[in-house]
Amino acid sequence: MKLKTPLSEKDVRDLRLGDDVILDGIIYTGRDEMHMRALEYAHEGRKLPYDLQGGAVFHTGPIMKKDSGKWKVLAAGPTTSSRMNSMEPEFIQHFGVRAIIGKGGMSRPTVQAMERFGCVYLAFTGGAAVLAAEGISDVKGAEWLDLGMPEAMWALEAKGFGPLTVAIDAHGNSLYANLDKKVQENMAQVRKRLGI
Amino acid sequence: MRSTKLVEEVTVNLLRTAATTLPDDVLEALRRAEREETSEIARTQLRTVLENVESAERLSLPMCQDTGMPLFFVTGRCLPHLEEGIRRGVSRATAEIPLRPNAVHPLTRHNPGDNLGKGMPFLHYHQTDDDFTEITVMPKGAGSENMTTLAMLTPSQGLKGVKAFVVESVVKAGANPCPPTIVGVGIGGSADEALLLSKQAVLRRLDDENHDPALAALEFDLKDALNLLGIGPMGLGGSTTVLAVKVETAFTHTASLPVGITLQCWAARRASARIAKDGSVTYSREGFL
Repeated sequence: MKLKTPLSEKDVRDLRLGDDVILDGIIYTGRDEMHMRALEYAHEGRKLPYDLQGGAVFHTGPIMKKDSGKWKVLAAGPTTSSRMNSMEPEFIQHFGVRAIIGKGGMSRPTVQAMERFGCVYLAFTGGAAVLAAEGISDVKGAEWLDLGMPEAMWALEAKGFGPLTVAIDAHGNSLYANLDKKVQENMAQVRKRLGI
Repeated sequence: MRSTKLVEEVTVNLLRTAATTLPDDVLEALRRAEREETSEIARTQLRTVLENVESAERLSLPMCQDTGMPLFFVTGRCLPHLEEGIRRGVSRATAEIPLRPNAVHPLTRHNPGDNLGKGMPFLHYHQTDDDFTEITVMPKGAGSENMTTLAMLTPSQGLKGVKAFVVESVVKAGANPCPPTIVGVGIGGSADEALLLSKQAVLRRLDDENHDPALAALEFDLKDALNLLGIGPMGLGGSTTVLAVKVETAFTHTASLPVGITLQCWAARRASARIAKDGSVTYSREGFL
């Protein structure tokens, strides 16, 4: 289904595990350093350069190029979301983010924060950076460039961005947690196959 | 100085080939996985991967935004100013291709922007009596590199212990290293040698066969078993968790059994070149046999 940012609580509560989503509207990039600085700002009572209320944060460190004074996205696939595990629950609570786009899933506290505050995790195929860039029609702004190109906060205009899979919903369910259980069940078979 | 310029040129070409295209053996393994997967989500992931690789090659853009740490493996004849040539090539490739400036100071996290720094790029050199110099680059992304493991097993744990550690490492890594992965296993040596062997293992062609029949059987069994885990492409479930398992060994201390494991993401990028004595260069994306 098609969704446009900023997202409402109802938009994300209506989504179910495994749903396909195509996204339009502004999305903000953010990984380790951006999360760390944003939370520092929050603790100091300072405002972020962008209002993330209802926003979508994309875990990515893009390759950007400046052509005649204008930034362009060349490659922007998702990065490993689990690196943000320790910061994401507070980030979601404080900034009112409605969607996190990334790869690999996130841990239980983030799943719980998503359930409590109304947020979803949208998985994009890891490494599919050129396809991701094709879903970005414009670069609206860049902040915190002192953190370096991958770690800066980029405001990107998404147009037909996806396919994204709802991998953690706003009701406490996670495809990754479900799969972990299955993998543990499959271990018996694996051990038998290897004689261990 | 002429050899510096030549190595710089070869380095830029290798990094461009590696960043924007996949070796045929890797592509073939991904296509086969897409044909054989039964889970719909898994097929979507693999189709997206294949479409992405096609677009990257057509547009000559890096297939993944994580263009990795540039790791160089050099064998053969010693070339003067080799390291300087590679450094210049990395810096030029970063601006020209472009590569993402990934190299930062480990503690201050300062990013100079050119992928150069103390110990960066990594260079491993092994001299041989060949009359050419072979340079192979492996751009190694952090998603998979962060899942690297090392175990100093006791000799009594033996082959069973090795197998159990491989399984444990792949399960712990889960969705993070961008499966389907290539699993490189280095057994023996010292701790650092085991890890180096595991890196060299993932440089092997996926369709080659280990020269040691016992290791060939181990590679086959591990691949078969790991694909029963059900982690699947991107850890969203499916029967393709690994594309291949490659094992390399070295003699070790009588009291030790080191096992190093390198996971390589589906974007298993590599490229090789041979520089002959007369300065002529031949390239191979798949690696020389």
